[in-house]
Amino acid sequence: MKRTMIALLLMAALTAAIGRAQENPAVDPVPAASPPAPPTNVVAADSPDDPGRSVTVRWQVSADDGAGMNNVIQYKVFRGEAAGGPFVERGVAPSRATVYVDKGTEAPNDPNFFPNNTDLFYKVAAVNVAGETAESEVAGPVQAREQWYNVGRTPTFIAVIVFTAFTLYFIARARKKADLYIRPLAGIEAVDEAIGRATEMGRPMLYVFGLGTASDIATIASVTILSRVAKKVAEYQTELIVPCYDPIVMTIAQETVKTAYYDAGRPDAYKEDSVYFVTQSQFAYVAAVNGTILRELPATNFYLGKFFAESLLLAETGALAGSIQISGTDEVAQIPFFVVACDYTLIGEELYAASAYLGREPKLMGSLKAQDYAKAIIIICAVAGVAASLFGWTWFVELFRVTN
Amino acid sequence: MRKEIPQFIVLIAGVFMAMQFFVPHSYSQFLYRYALDWLIIIGIFALALAVWSFIRVSYEKIQRKADNWPYAVVSLAGLFTMVFAGLWFMGGLESYLYRHFFSFIMIPIQSTMYALLAFFIASAAYRAFRARSLLATVLLLAALVVMLRFNPFLGPLGEPIARLADWILNYPNLAAKRAIAMGIGLGIVATALKVILGIERGYMGKD
Repeated sequence: MKRTMIALLLMAALTAAIGRAQENPAVDPVPAASPPAPPTNVVAADSPDDPGRSVTVRWQVSADDGAGMNNVIQYKVFRGEAAGGPFVERGVAPSRATVYVDKGTEAPNDPNFFPNNTDLFYKVAAVNVAGETAESEVAGPVQAREQWYNVGRTPTFIAVIVFTAFTLYFIARARKKADLYIRPLAGIEAVDEAIGRATEMGRPMLYVFGLGTASDIATIASVTILSRVAKKVAEYQTELIVPCYDPIVMTIAQETVKTAYYDAGRPDAYKEDSVYFVTQSQFAYVAAVNGTILRELPATNFYLGKFFAESLLLAETGALAGSIQISGTDEVAQIPFFVVACDYTLIGEELYAASAYLGREPKLMGSLKAQDYAKAIIIICAVAGVAASLFGWTWFVELFRVTN
Repeated sequence: MRKEIPQFIVLIAGVFMAMQFFVPHSYSQFLYRYALDWLIIIGIFALALAVWSFIRVSYEKIQRKADNWPYAVVSLAGLFTMVFAGLWFMGGLESYLYRHFFSFIMIPIQSTMYALLAFFIASAAYRAFRARSLLATVLLLAALVVMLRFNPFLGPLGEPIARLADWILNYPNLAAKRAIAMGIGLGIVATALKVILGIERGYMGKD
């Protein structure tokens, strides 16, 4: 009986112990028997195509990276100014990473200061789950140096040189022989008609640059168009309204319109208030311009420049007011809005060509010819690129790769 | 000289700004930042001129009692009220008045203007999607497919329509966008060259 009781008690205690163990299984940390294997073949080299202040460190992953008890979770990169140290931690790369770009600033007082033209030494440490580390051999010395030429941008440089040569050649040719044919653009052909309509109706013309600043090429192209439009406006004695979003663009536009009136022999007709600043708030600008459209009912609206979400708000209001509308922008996303809401739209590059069309000067026409030939070269390269990809000639595709 | 000096400045600045793209050296970066600082300084002076232009245009409208002159009163009142609310003795840009004007008047009005876009898109789409020609019909069909992609009630038709919409967006649409972008790139370089070389001088008010 006594033995039976002891046996039962032992069984109960054992069952309870097993049950508790199942409810709370012990979470034993994976014991790291030893530090992980260190990364190997560490190489440090100056980062290319930069103003210095940067070194690229490469290595081969630790043998314990991705498997085993000592699974590596990250790599720490250290830098020192002597092979024997001291070394300072510069950053961390995740497991499986084989490269780290060590960058810094040029300010000597900045904690992240990175000296140029100074011998530097690097080592990389593999870190496992338990936090144990294994450091690689020291790599170096290496110096961060600044470069005078960005090799990664060579394809762009060659393209610019070729295109510049084309442009200069065709301008020179156009000067000698002024009968270059360029296809007509409906939007440009309509400018005279639009100005004439405004004159007949006795209503003003509205010219909007959009939200571009003076450093946007689209705005510069628009200013040159405004110059020619303003000259015609002065000749036809029509009123011109130019509400501006950017203060610098406003001052340029004022000077442009004023000079156009002088050139047209009508300085007396120039009104200083015709070109004015509204606001630098996008939708407040839209509200002001839309208000002007609905109150003044301009006969013609020009929207030429850089436009964003306001493009459709402006163009639809102009359509409601019954104005003839000529638009043009290099913002690809806004072109469909202008196409549906305006009578004429200059699509992309046509905005840049408009000035040459309006001026009809041979040297300006020459640049259009250069663009056409450059487009032909791009098409040939694109077709050749497709063929090269099909045949697996990756070297051809690599010729056009721009890095950094 | 009135023409030559600005043209010379444009030539030097234009060539430098083009070349600095290919020169990563710190001297080049320094000059680039220096040029951008000048742009900011010019911008500040231009802003003063711009505000003066706004005040003058509005004031003259009020003085002449031009059509709709009360709008000019509202504009000037808005300008001066916001300036006053943001002055240092009112607490600067963190003052109660300034923040409340900004958050509860400016922001809602701007949001309202932006919201109008939904209605304008509808009216523009109505005009664009009238099947008046073969091209307009193709546009209408393509737009229908792309819009139907997000319709949850299509059942078994949903997947093939989504695939067709993706194909339209990723191939014909993307090809056209890239072609336009390439043309824009060439146009930008051509315009920059014309300005740098003094072939295009319209921005100086001269042909």
